[in-house]
Amino acid sequence: MREFKEITVENDLAAAKKPEELILREVVANGYCENAAFAIKLALEEAITNAFRHGNKCDPGKHILVRYRVTHEAVEIEVSDEGEGFCPDEVPDPTQPGFIDRPHGRGIMLMRAYLDEVEFGGSGNCVRMVKFNR
Amino acid sequence: MASQAARLKVSDMGGVSLVEFADRKILDELCIHEIQEELAVVVDKQSAGNLLLSFKNVEHLSSAALGMLITLKKKVEEKKGRLKLSDINPQIFEVFKITRLNKIFDIHPSQEKARASFQES
Repeated sequence: MREFKEITVENDLAAAKKPEELILREVVANGYCENAAFAIKLALEEAITNAFRHGNKCDPGKHILVRYRVTHEAVEIEVSDEGEGFCPDEVPDPTQPGFIDRPHGRGIMLMRAYLDEVEFGGSGNCVRMVKFNR
Repeated sequence: MASQAARLKVSDMGGVSLVEFADRKILDELCIHEIQEELAVVVDKQSAGNLLLSFKNVEHLSSAALGMLITLKKKVEEKKGRLKLSDINPQIFEVFKITRLNKIFDIHPSQEKARASFQES
């Protein structure tokens, strides 16, 4: 069983490009289709933006931890921040009237739509995502 | 007459501003913030602005970019203008469908069809 790789970056969106690049390089090398690569890139971007903005509150002194394992069968990614976490069930459905014209609140929905598994762990400050290679 | 901003190419098409994105990926917040500022300038310059955003170069879009589009739509409509979108590739159109924003945006398959619809309505 291949081990998880780990990378910790400063709470900075430019720095957070590094794990994204590393993961996508392995995704391509493992023969995932274009649609799967699109899904993984989109979900990673959403997870890292959430960690930076909502978890770490844009604090440059904090960090984002990304753990990942890419095999021919699946891509598993965990993104953790140093925030207090949140309850995903309390995030309103952005497609409902009253919320659809709000500019925020669609990141988790897109992650769930594009990946096969999305779970929030810890106190809600860690998201685990899985995309299977089909 | 086309003008080239850092992230946008803007052309005047007889009362409609055609905006094309220079970026293929509209994902991170810095990029989106800069696009938002450039779009605000385009809207502010118009008296009663009709705006057509062409996504023909765009391959990736995040939820933050969708938020930017919602804010832009409100700004255009405050000025009694209309916002239309065109040339959205199937992968990105799926993002609109999942979030049901295809119901609130006026989306056309091509620039030509979008331009024609400005004249019809």
